[in-house]
Amino acid sequence: MRPFENPVIPQRETLLAVENVSLAFGGVKALTDVSFDIRKGEIRAIIGPNGAGKTSMLNCINGFYHPTHGSITFKGEKRRRMRPSAAARGGIARTFQNVALFKGMSTLDNIMTGRSLKMHKGFFWQMLRYGPALKEEAGHRRVVEDIIDFLEIQHIRRTPVGKLPYGLQKRVELGRALAMEPELLLLDEPMAGMNLEEKEDMSRFILDVNQHFGTTIALIEHDMGVVMDLSDRVVVLEYGRKIADGTPQEVKRDEKVVAAYLGVAH
Amino acid sequence: MFYREAGQFKTTYAADMAIFPLREDRIGLAVIIVCAYALVFTGNSFLLQAVMIPFLVFSLAAIGLNLLTGYTGLLSLGTGAFMGVGAYACYKLTTAFPGLNIIICILASGLFSAAIGVLFGLPSLRIKGFYLAVATLAAQFFLQWCFIRVPWLVNYNVSGAIEAPLRTLFGVPIVGATATPETRYLVVLTLVIGLTWVASNIVHGRIGRAWMAVRDMDIAAELIGIRLLRTKLLAFAVSSYYCGVAGALLVFLWYGGAEYDVFNINQSFFILFMVIIGGLGSLIGSFMGAALIFILPIILGMVMPAILSPFGIGITAATVEHLRFMIVGALIIFFLIVEPHGLARLWQIGKQKLRVWPFPY
Repeated sequence: MRPFENPVIPQRETLLAVENVSLAFGGVKALTDVSFDIRKGEIRAIIGPNGAGKTSMLNCINGFYHPTHGSITFKGEKRRRMRPSAAARGGIARTFQNVALFKGMSTLDNIMTGRSLKMHKGFFWQMLRYGPALKEEAGHRRVVEDIIDFLEIQHIRRTPVGKLPYGLQKRVELGRALAMEPELLLLDEPMAGMNLEEKEDMSRFILDVNQHFGTTIALIEHDMGVVMDLSDRVVVLEYGRKIADGTPQEVKRDEKVVAAYLGVAH
Repeated sequence: MFYREAGQFKTTYAADMAIFPLREDRIGLAVIIVCAYALVFTGNSFLLQAVMIPFLVFSLAAIGLNLLTGYTGLLSLGTGAFMGVGAYACYKLTTAFPGLNIIICILASGLFSAAIGVLFGLPSLRIKGFYLAVATLAAQFFLQWCFIRVPWLVNYNVSGAIEAPLRTLFGVPIVGATATPETRYLVVLTLVIGLTWVASNIVHGRIGRAWMAVRDMDIAAELIGIRLLRTKLLAFAVSSYYCGVAGALLVFLWYGGAEYDVFNINQSFFILFMVIIGGLGSLIGSFMGAALIFILPIILGMVMPAILSPFGIGITAATVEHLRFMIVGALIIFFLIVEPHGLARLWQIGKQKLRVWPFPY
């Protein structure tokens, strides 16, 4: 799927660094001393068996969970606690494993909502609507229409997203995240429950987003074929610990990873 | 066939995002507004005083609650109390500053209600659904207690009631005993149209989308940068503002005077029923709900004796009253079964049918 084999990954600057992050819920240790980094412009996959702590990791990165120990540095800014809305303002967007769209709203409104942070006309102008507020809306509508074109969802523009099939909902959710023009895009199982064709479409969108918009992407995915083809580097978690980190080829050969996925003979 | 968008092309996004993008809708709305104003010329003061004014007042209150419950998904049972705050604030304002234009007093009284609403909306960050409803119930009881126990609110009036004093606009009395139903109706109608227009602007823009996002999936809303507390409190403020203005209109342009008991829990439920039956998250549904719950019983009360008398069935006023409750109750259940999303959804379906007629889809 990659246009060329063995891509040369330049040593780019680090966008996000996770340092010794541990997360515990009471006695349950979701993450233990995990460290890795995400470089600007790369596609970084986080894989691991069920319950390895992948989603917990994403939740720490965008502020839903606060790590019990360790820190996360984003764009050179070190932090331990952050609200999700602050993460959004910092430029982190996210999709969910089980689609988290605004079900009562149309596709258009869902993606428009993704532009909320970029809209600044205050309450007074919103009350009047006509004039500056509508002008602002129209400007953002243009951006949203570009995203709709990009994702090829023109035909469902006005459909309430609750009525859409699952594959399209995933696409709308990606659109909403893209509308935020994020620097770091976190995708939690973007291809779960999709058929081969939908997976290929989604892979193409992810690659296009990465290459055309230069968005850094961190994704969790269970389909190993997809992970190996898409990602520049892979981090593998098992029982909340990092067991491997490197290029897909390196990770594929790693004994611990093979053991984690296939089991070991006792 | 009768109602379709064919041939109406939009060349700008602004035109496409108009609140009524279809020409038929705009014409229909204009006709309704003209008819509403034309009702003044019927000179039927029963129609204006006992039907139209209360209908508009309740519609406004229903819009207020709909902004909170239907658009933002926060269930409130304090509507009656917030209406009361508006009414008492208006009374205090107009008696403290008799020279101040009464329209300004009414519009400003909503601000007091908004402030109180924000205060009682604070728990909404942590609690949702039925639990929030119970928290707003506290507002209902506490505020009603204030209306009874704080004599300052009624200017130490021995009766404990507030009464609309005479107030004029351009020399014409619009509030007080000498104001005619016609002038009062015109004032209420104009205010309700204006405030509905503002509400419709708000819900179609950034703020409305933020409210609906919080309603549909608050976690995802927070994730795209919407601040939950601020958004919810804004919803409480705007909602309470509308309820407050509705309360002030209720006392000053309909009842002419009121006691604390007008703003009791029944009033809250009454408005909530209008919102649920009309359709959560729909402004036009607020009007439909108010019409079904308030106007329908009046029509039934007039129509039933007229229908039954040709058959020689005499019917007493008390029986009419009983039958009215039964029929309205049955209709409410019927509508909720047929369309749980309210009359507004039925209206939508009807429009869609008109659009594709004579074809099924």
